[in-house]
Amino acid sequence: MPFIPHTDNEITQMLETIGVDSIDDLFDEIPAHLRTAVLDAIPTGMTEMEVSRLMQQRAAQNSSALCFIGAGAYDHHIPAAVWEITTRGEFYSAYTPYQAEASQGTLQLTYEYQSMMTALTAMDVSNASMYDGASSLAEAILMAVRANRKSKSRKILVPTTVNPVYRKTAHTIVKGQNIELIEVPYDETSGTATLAQFKQQAEAQQGGDITALVLQQPNFFGTLEAVDEITDWAHENNILVIAVINPLTVAVLKPPGEWGSDEKIRGADIACGDGQPLGAPMSAGGPYYGLLCCRQALVRQMPGRIVGRTVDLDGREGFVLTLQAREQHIRRSKATSNICTNQGLVVTASTIYMSIMGAQGLENTAAACFANNNTLVEKLTTIAGIKKAFNSRCFHETVLQLEQPAAAVLKALVEKGILGGYDLSDDYPELGSAILVCTTEMRSADDIDAYVSAMQQVMATGLAGEAEAVPC
Amino acid sequence: MLIFEHSSKGRTGAPQAPREKASLNGIDDSLLRKTSALLPEVSELQAVRHYTRLSRKNFSIDTEFYPLGSCTMKYNPRACNSLAMLPGFLNAHPLTPDAQNQGFLACMHDLQSMLCEVTGMAAFSLAPMAGAQGEFAGVAMIEAYHKSRGDEARKEILVPDAAHGTNPATAVMCGFSVREIPTLDNGDVDLDALTQAVGPQTAGLMLTNPSTLGVFERNIEAIAKVVHEAGGLLYYDGANLNAILGKIRPGDMGFDVIHSNLHKTFSTPHGGGGPGSGAVGVAERLKPFLPLPVVTRENDRYRYLTAKDCPQSIGRLSAFMGNPGVLLRAYIYMRFLGREGMVRVAEFATLNANYMMAEAKRRGFTLAIDNRRASHEFIITLKNEAREFHVSAMDFAKRLLDLGYHAPTTYFPLLVPECLLIEPTETEAREALDGFMDALQQIKQEAETNPEILHAAPQTLPVKRLDEVRAAKQLDLAFAR
Repeated sequence: MPFIPHTDNEITQMLETIGVDSIDDLFDEIPAHLRTAVLDAIPTGMTEMEVSRLMQQRAAQNSSALCFIGAGAYDHHIPAAVWEITTRGEFYSAYTPYQAEASQGTLQLTYEYQSMMTALTAMDVSNASMYDGASSLAEAILMAVRANRKSKSRKILVPTTVNPVYRKTAHTIVKGQNIELIEVPYDETSGTATLAQFKQQAEAQQGGDITALVLQQPNFFGTLEAVDEITDWAHENNILVIAVINPLTVAVLKPPGEWGSDEKIRGADIACGDGQPLGAPMSAGGPYYGLLCCRQALVRQMPGRIVGRTVDLDGREGFVLTLQAREQHIRRSKATSNICTNQGLVVTASTIYMSIMGAQGLENTAAACFANNNTLVEKLTTIAGIKKAFNSRCFHETVLQLEQPAAAVLKALVEKGILGGYDLSDDYPELGSAILVCTTEMRSADDIDAYVSAMQQVMATGLAGEAEAVPC
Repeated sequence: MLIFEHSSKGRTGAPQAPREKASLNGIDDSLLRKTSALLPEVSELQAVRHYTRLSRKNFSIDTEFYPLGSCTMKYNPRACNSLAMLPGFLNAHPLTPDAQNQGFLACMHDLQSMLCEVTGMAAFSLAPMAGAQGEFAGVAMIEAYHKSRGDEARKEILVPDAAHGTNPATAVMCGFSVREIPTLDNGDVDLDALTQAVGPQTAGLMLTNPSTLGVFERNIEAIAKVVHEAGGLLYYDGANLNAILGKIRPGDMGFDVIHSNLHKTFSTPHGGGGPGSGAVGVAERLKPFLPLPVVTRENDRYRYLTAKDCPQSIGRLSAFMGNPGVLLRAYIYMRFLGREGMVRVAEFATLNANYMMAEAKRRGFTLAIDNRRASHEFIITLKNEAREFHVSAMDFAKRLLDLGYHAPTTYFPLLVPECLLIEPTETEAREALDGFMDALQQIKQEAETNPEILHAAPQTLPVKRLDEVRAAKQLDLAFAR
C-alpha cells in the first residue's frame, strides 16, 4: 500500500486493542446512506516508475522557448545550492514553528530573512512573508486603512502603471470592506504616473481626503516613477505611501525607505512586492512569496507572522514567533488578517539566495538586466514598424508598439522558439498593438541576437491577414 | 550565530552573478541607491554550511514523529518533489501561451477533476494559495451568490465555537458579522441553538467535519436542512478531509462550497509554514462565481478561463495561478494513490487515531470526548494532572520534545482545557505510535513524582524555554547594523 506501513498482523492487533472487528466499524458514526460508493473518475494508483513516466511526458509537452516575458515573473539564475539546501527534509517537512525550541532552524532563518529584507528596502520591519506580490499589495492596502487613523475616506489612489493583475487581486480582496481603489491615469508620453495626475485625482474627491496611494517602482511598463516628489506630496497631505517594488532592482534603485527628498525624507510607509526574483523558479506561476515591510510605528498593524529574537532561560539567544496577539488564532474575528501561513519554504530559498549572492551579486545581476534590456530595445527599434511607446528610461522591461498585430507577432515568434513578450492589448487597449518585453541577466548576447533576427523575419512578413485567426 | 556574523567585507559568492557591474548610465541619479544593502558577505560554502546546520535545529516529519493535531503531518513522498521540479515545469513562465503550456495545464485539469470526484463537488478552482485564502474565496462566493439573487440582507455568517480562528477572521474580511454556535459536550453542534440562530440574515454556516474536536458531526443532514431552509449556504472547511477521504463526500453531506488544504490531505510539504494550497470546490449553483484562473478542456486542448468567460467570478486571488508547484505535488501524490489509495488514507488515519486513543485510555489519560469514535485525531485533556501536580499541557509538550517527539497541538480547540490534540496520520507505523504513548506515560509518571523535570523541559534541544514576553516587549525583529 503506498506510504502505509501496516502489516495484516498489526492491523488485527490494533483492532483488538480498539475493540472492533474491522476498520469499517470505525466509520459507524457516518450515516450509511451517505457513504461513498465508488470514485470512478479517479484512475487507479501508480508505481513511482509509472508516475515518473507520466510526469516526464507532461513536462516535455511544455515549451522550452527562450523567455523574454516578465510582467511580474522573471527568469533569473538560481545557484544550485539554493534548492539543494531548501529541500532538505528538515526544512521541507517541518511545520509552522509553534514549538519554538524544536524549530530554531526555521525561526532563525526567518529572522535572517527579515533582516535581509529590511536591509534591501531600508524599511524598519519585515514580516515573515505573504502569499505573493499581488496579495501582499491587498494586505498593504488593508493595513494602510487601519494605520491611517486621521483619514476617514478609505480611498486609495492606484495609478494604472501598477501591475494590472495586482490591481485586480487587490480589488477582489478589499472590496468587502468598503475600500475604494481610485485609478490614476498615466502620462502618455513618459509612461509614468505624474504628480499632477495624483493631485488631480485627489482634488476630484470630496473633501480631498485620501488614505493612501500606491506607487510601483519600476512600474509595470518598466519605466521609473518620480518617487521622491510623489512621496513628499503624499506626506504633506496625510496620505500613506505604499511602495510596490521588485526586490532585485532595489539593489541598485533607491530603496522605498529612502523615498522622498533629502530634507523631508521619511520614506514609504509600507513596501510590498513579489519575492520571486530572489531565488524562486518561475514554475508556471509559483509558489513565490509576497514581501511586506513597514515603518516601526505601524508594526502592530502588520498582518502575518513575525519572528523576534529573544533569550532562553539560560540567557542564550533564541527566536520565537512574536506579536501573535495580532493574529487570527488569538484574535479570531478581530485579527489584522485571516492569514495563517506564510510562504516559508520559498522564503527559505530566498534567504539562502541572498546570502550566496550578497549585495554585490544582486547589484551585478540587476545592472545586467538593465544593460541587456537596453541592448535588446536598441536593436529591436531599428526594425521597421517597431518603436518604444514611451520616451522615458526603462529598467529591464520596455513597452514596444508594433505596426503588426501583437498577438500574431508573438505567435509567429513562438514558432521560432522565442517567447517574445506580453501582449498588452487586453489591459491597455489605448496603446494599440503593444508588447512588454523583458530581459534578465540570463539572456546572453546570442539570445538577444536570436530574438532580433526572429523579429526581423516576422516583421518582414505581412501578418495582418493572420490576425483574424488568432484568438484574443 | 547569525549569517551576518560570518561576514567579511568584500567576500562574495562570485561565480553566481555576472562578473562585472554594468553601467547604469541613463538612470537619473536621484533614483539610484546611494549605499549597498547590508547583506551577508560570505562564501558559498559558508552559506551552505550555515543553513545546513540551521536545518538540523528543526524537528520535521523526515526526522521525528510529528503528531500535530489538525495539521496532518504525513509523509511527503520525495518523488512528488523531484517530479514537480522537472525543468519543463520549473522553467515555465506563467504567461506562456496556453498552447506552449499544455503539459502543465493537463495536470491542473486532471487535478480539478479528481478533487471534484473525491469531494462530490461540481467544479473546482485551484487558485487559493492557502487554507485561509480558500476560506476567503468560499465566503466571497457565498456573498456573490446572495447578491446575484438580490438577497442582500444576508449579512451574518454562523461559526461553531470550536472552529479554527481563520473562520471568523475570514467572514469579517468579506464584510460579514459573525455569530458563534455552541457545541454540545458530545462534540456535536447544538442543533437547537443553530435552529434559533438562523434567519433571513443568515448568509451561511462554516463547518469542519469531522470537527476540530476530532469527532464526526452526526447531525450533518439535519444541520444542512436547517441552514438551507433558512436560505443560507453550507461551507465545508476541509481542514479534516483526511479523516473521511473516499468514505463520505462533502457534496453528499449537503455542502455547497468547500476548500481543501492540499498541504494536509494531499501531502504537499508544510515547508516550515507554507506555501500551502486551499483549492475551492462548489456545487452547481455556485459555479459561475469561482475564483480565476480555472483550467478547461476544449477539443483535447487545455486553456485558462478568463474574466471574459466567467463574468460573475469573484475575481483573482493572486498574480498568476495560485501555487502551481504545490498543485503539481498534490497531483503527483493523487496519481500515486489512485482511487483505492484515497480510501486507504482515511481508513488508516482513523485506525491509527483510534488505536492511540484506546491506548491513551488504557494508560489512564482523560479523553476530552469519551465513548465516541475518534476521527483521524483525538483530544487528551490534562486538566486533572494540572490540578493535582501543577503541570500544564505546555509542560507535557516541552517534555515530549526532550524525548524526541514533536508535541501535539496544545491549547486548541480552545473549548477543552489543558488539551493535547493528537493526529498520527496514516503513514506512521505502529512502533512510532507505541513509542509516543510510552513517552506520554513516562511524562505522566514524572508529573506525579518529579514535576520539576516537566517544568524545566526541554533540556536537550538547541535552546531551553524562550522568553516570549521579552520578545514582544523588547522588539528585535531584524539584525541591527
